[in-house]
Amino acid sequence: MENDSVVDPIHQFQIHELISWHPNGVNLSFTNSSLFMLVTVLVASLFLILSTSSRALVPGRSQSIAEMSYEFVANTLRDAAGHHGMQFFPLVFSLFMFVLVANLLGMFPYFFTITSHIIVTFALAMVVILTVILAGIWKHGLKFFNLFVPHGVPMALIPLVTAIEIISFLSRPISLSVRLFANMLAGHITLKVFAGFIVTLSAMGGIGILGSILPLAMAVALTALEFLVAFLQAYVFTVLTCMYLNDAIHPGH
Amino acid sequence: MAADKPDPADDLAQRRERLSAELARIEASLQQGPRKSTGWGEATKIASEFVAGIVVGVALGLLFDWWFGTSPFGLIVGLLLGFAAGTLNVLRAQGFVAEAGAKLRGEPPKGAVNPTRTDDKAD
Repeated sequence: MENDSVVDPIHQFQIHELISWHPNGVNLSFTNSSLFMLVTVLVASLFLILSTSSRALVPGRSQSIAEMSYEFVANTLRDAAGHHGMQFFPLVFSLFMFVLVANLLGMFPYFFTITSHIIVTFALAMVVILTVILAGIWKHGLKFFNLFVPHGVPMALIPLVTAIEIISFLSRPISLSVRLFANMLAGHITLKVFAGFIVTLSAMGGIGILGSILPLAMAVALTALEFLVAFLQAYVFTVLTCMYLNDAIHPGH
Repeated sequence: MAADKPDPADDLAQRRERLSAELARIEASLQQGPRKSTGWGEATKIASEFVAGIVVGVALGLLFDWWFGTSPFGLIVGLLLGFAAGTLNVLRAQGFVAEAGAKLRGEPPKGAVNPTRTDDKAD
């Protein structure tokens, strides 16, 4: 069992129940995925609360990291959605911190990466898209649906173009979630495969140990790349969220 | 005394010039840094945009079939529309086509392509 998990790159994504709970046949068990979601929320909240508790005028190290992340998300949101977009700041900042901390926690060996499961990223994307739709309808009423009717199109083509626009709009949460999930999944599998090469090669002894330097170098390089991807994907998720929120605020009236 | 020391005002101006050049360089790299992602990132972006359009189109087509019993025509039309939407998504992601509603907001498209052409292309 322990030996299998060394070479099986998929093993790290398996979900197992920590506390079994099946009320009325519905599986509501507390799994390792739930545990790491909880850990992610705790780490992100505790970090932000503790680092900003001193409120020094000249920030220390942790406080300036917290301030940088605030400024970073605030600037991204303001650039994409304008000043009115700032009312969605709590949502966007929470999403950014959750995805970023989840991605970074996943870089610890033996930790579970929650963003490598599409159901998690899809749920996050659905939160975004439902916010866009509800906020858009609440603010602009039926005018929000003008988003789907481009101007300057011949009358005969409008049904076709509108259908395409609606499908394009509905495909946003899918592409948003697939992008984050695919990057995390593929990165972790590649890392595990190369790390597995080191183990199998060095088990051969002699030349094998010498040869295992190559996958070791690869694994080190990939680890650095994965840290970049962890940050980049959190950023991409945030930028796209801001762009979609922009549609809710200014649907082009 | 004053001869071996460069003019302080001149020195200051030179320093400020250097600083602003440095700042401009950092600003530029920050602006395009995160946007210019890795090749793998670009690949997943385009692939997910394209596939997402097709998946949604097929899902809507199947749903239509299931409700109205028009199988297989809903699937066929949905697949074609989804293909068009996927292509539109990719063109938008690459900035060749204006975002939905961007023309109404008076924003110029990111690319240089006329936004009204998109609809012919997507069709």
